[in-house]
Amino acid sequence: MSIPDNCSYTKTHEWVRIDGDLAVAGITDHAQESLGDITYVELPSSGQRVEQGGELGVIESVKAASDLYAPLSGEVAEANAALADQPELVNESPYERGWLVKLRDVSGDELASLMDAEAYGAFLESEA
Amino acid sequence: MSYISNTAAQREAMLKVCGKDSIEALFEGIPPSLRCGELDLPHARSEMELRGFLRDIAARNYSHLTNFMGGGFYDHFIPAAVDAIASRSEFYTAYTPYQPELSQGTLQAIYEYQTQICRLTDMEVANASLYDGGSALCEACQMALNATGRTRIVMDSGINPVYRTMVYTYTANLSIDFKEVAVVHGQSDRQHIVDELNGETAAVILQNPNFFGVIDDHSDIVSRCHERGILVIQSVYPVAMAVLKTPGEIGVDIVTGEGQSLGIPLAFGGPYLGFMATTRKLVRKMPGRLVGRTVDRNGDEAFVLTLQAREQHIRREKATSNICTNEALCALRAHAYLSLLGKHGLKEVARLCRAKAAYAAERLDAIRGVEVMRSNPTFNEFTVRLPIPAGDLIGILIEQDIAPGLPLGRFYKGMGDYLLVAVTEKRTKYEIGMLAEAVEAVLCR
Repeated sequence: MSIPDNCSYTKTHEWVRIDGDLAVAGITDHAQESLGDITYVELPSSGQRVEQGGELGVIESVKAASDLYAPLSGEVAEANAALADQPELVNESPYERGWLVKLRDVSGDELASLMDAEAYGAFLESEA
Repeated sequence: MSYISNTAAQREAMLKVCGKDSIEALFEGIPPSLRCGELDLPHARSEMELRGFLRDIAARNYSHLTNFMGGGFYDHFIPAAVDAIASRSEFYTAYTPYQPELSQGTLQAIYEYQTQICRLTDMEVANASLYDGGSALCEACQMALNATGRTRIVMDSGINPVYRTMVYTYTANLSIDFKEVAVVHGQSDRQHIVDELNGETAAVILQNPNFFGVIDDHSDIVSRCHERGILVIQSVYPVAMAVLKTPGEIGVDIVTGEGQSLGIPLAFGGPYLGFMATTRKLVRKMPGRLVGRTVDRNGDEAFVLTLQAREQHIRREKATSNICTNEALCALRAHAYLSLLGKHGLKEVARLCRAKAAYAAERLDAIRGVEVMRSNPTFNEFTVRLPIPAGDLIGILIEQDIAPGLPLGRFYKGMGDYLLVAVTEKRTKYEIGMLAEAVEAVLCR
């Protein structure tokens, strides 16, 4: 189970990582593994505003359809267009090529409210 | 498959667990005012009595009329094979079993029906059917709102007035900003429609042929809408699709329609058949069931329900609609009808309808005082202006076993003298002549 140190985590199994002016977000390795083969990802369009903990989109796998929640508030700068044809990237590379959205204008306070890798690891164990 | 899920012994056992000695005791907690009380039912009839009783009721239907009424529902010929196929016991349940993949035959029939609807409309995907043309249009509205995140819908007044009423009723509890645009000379008022478009507009709804029977090529409206990210919904008459420009050809986003004309008999209130087709891009916003073709683990062809995440049994509050079933038996009839007629057969039906309607229009137009509205091309239905209220003419002709058409004053203000006349392939030259003579006799006596 991969939990990179350079990301912050939510209890709903999203990760977020600051990359220059933007915050990149996706779902964790644990999340993709629990969902099984991802078949479809519905993401917001650029320019759309999202709120921390609010709806970000929907992810469908062969097992279930689940809501995605925004790890931080902000404006969607880009959604990962590659997922339209290759949703399996979320399974293969959840922290890199399978990213979901890039957000701009995010708040440091909100970022600080998320779990670090160690806390998320402990959270997963407590949930297991 | 039995739909009564428990036996008397099981009910007894359940009551015992509840500590009640009868069903009545179990329902004691419901206040008497909310209970139906004693039912005053008539005594049971013998089979012979019952048949006579039902025959008397059925005889009250005026099914013997020579029918020139349309308005979205048409008196087409139904080959006997449609009944024979649809009444096969393998198919003769309108319900998809809860493990649908168990019924490969049912799913295959639905899949083939979907394919036929796609071919008829030139669209990429069609669902397994909805209740009727009106509810399909209602669902299309909700689909457009969900797909665009916008709130305004512009509706052409040439859309079946029954459908418009249904749309308003169906969406009464959603905050939709509806705008109706009146037709000019029976045709869509494109300038006015375009003027009503704004950044909040989700969709424009059009109908072809429209309620007045007028054929239209809506491609200019479609391109104006698409420039602004607005979807176009078109309600169509499936038989006309065999010869007219299809929704797919003009770039429509969502197509709906009434499938009654495809092998389903006319009846008060149905059951009818709503069809819906859309683009691949919008498929996840489409309500209703969808059958897909795949291969099983042995590599053999198999049919499955697919994209079920749109449906309410997977994500109740996020479902695309509260529809979670389909009109399987009616869809099967449409499938059988289209298969029996084939591409050329359906074209022949459409050509006959149009030619006979043209003959009827010519005959009626020749009567003094009667004017057929000819400012726009029509398909199998046309509007006639009479020198007397249309209702009066209908009242007299019904007595002669002729239903000459629908009184437009019932649906449109100021159109009391207008009659909407529909002609299908079933009407003979003789019957059309009879209609013309009967109308002439009323007007010229």
